[in-house]
Amino acid sequence: MKKENEFKRGLKDAIPVCLGYLAVSFAFGIQASEAGLSVFQASLMSLTNVTSAGQFSSLDLIATNAAYAEMALLQLVVNIRYMLMSTALSQKLSSKESTLSRCLVAYGVTDEIFALSVMRKGRLKPAYSYGLIICSVFGWVSGTFLGAFAGEIMPHRLISALGLAIYGMFIAIIIPDARKNAALMMVVIGAMAMSTLFTYMPVLSTISSGFRIIIVTVVIAAAAAILAPKGKEEVVDA
Amino acid sequence: MHNIYIYILVMAVVTYLVRMLPLTLIRKNINSRFIKSFLFYVPYATLAAMTFPAILHASDDMRASVAGFAVALILAFRQKSLLTVAVAACAVVFAVEWFLI
Repeated sequence: MKKENEFKRGLKDAIPVCLGYLAVSFAFGIQASEAGLSVFQASLMSLTNVTSAGQFSSLDLIATNAAYAEMALLQLVVNIRYMLMSTALSQKLSSKESTLSRCLVAYGVTDEIFALSVMRKGRLKPAYSYGLIICSVFGWVSGTFLGAFAGEIMPHRLISALGLAIYGMFIAIIIPDARKNAALMMVVIGAMAMSTLFTYMPVLSTISSGFRIIIVTVVIAAAAAILAPKGKEEVVDA
Repeated sequence: MHNIYIYILVMAVVTYLVRMLPLTLIRKNINSRFIKSFLFYVPYATLAAMTFPAILHASDDMRASVAGFAVALILAFRQKSLLTVAVAACAVVFAVEWFLI
């Protein structure tokens, strides 16, 4: 009974992620078919990878017939932030959870699913993760399929507006907590400012977006951990 | 010409290992206060860095994006749900683009 509730709660919480993914993966599907992938190949890539930045960046390499090793390296760099997220999640799961459930939870470590998982109070139950994953991946794969299949039909205005869904969700995740905690607010503002600097400054702007996010995350989170370390009791619940 | 299925396989394996290794290898509780605090701040820093300035280029028109961003901030400050904030941001962009473009 408890398990079912966790699973259903996960499905429900992931609805905005599913919608946001639909929009983003729709765009991916269109680009993938332009790069020469079939509808099946594009959908298969979305189902097996579930990573927006990694998949978008792979299309250039496929189109230019790059070496497999180069593809592996690119994916490692673009997706290494998931390693930080998985490390954080490893602390959120009970140490008793089996290797199998850990392997299944790992499949769905994306920015958005991670955010929902880590904001859940108390221990993370794998059933909750499965709910999040099924709902989100459904959106990710069907959006890819539709984009690759019928990209030209959908009104462009709608795609443009849907582009904000994922960011609206990010804001809804971080702002309520930041409002209550001055250190968190500084982290949010600091990370946005540093990310802006890296996006527009000459030289710094040549850094890929994947690396930019890693650098900003590590610098800002480390600075916050030094300047405003969390007390014991607060961290357990975090 | 390289095989697209092998590309997909290489990508999937690398991406999965990055996600799976920490979850299966780190079983114990981390006791360092610094690392715990660091991990607590990671999601906020990552999501903030991913949101801004990328949100400005998320729609066709930057004015529409700014309006969507502002509305999302206001609603999030009032602690509205994820879905409400996300849908409102999209609706504002749709409306602003409708009038401006």
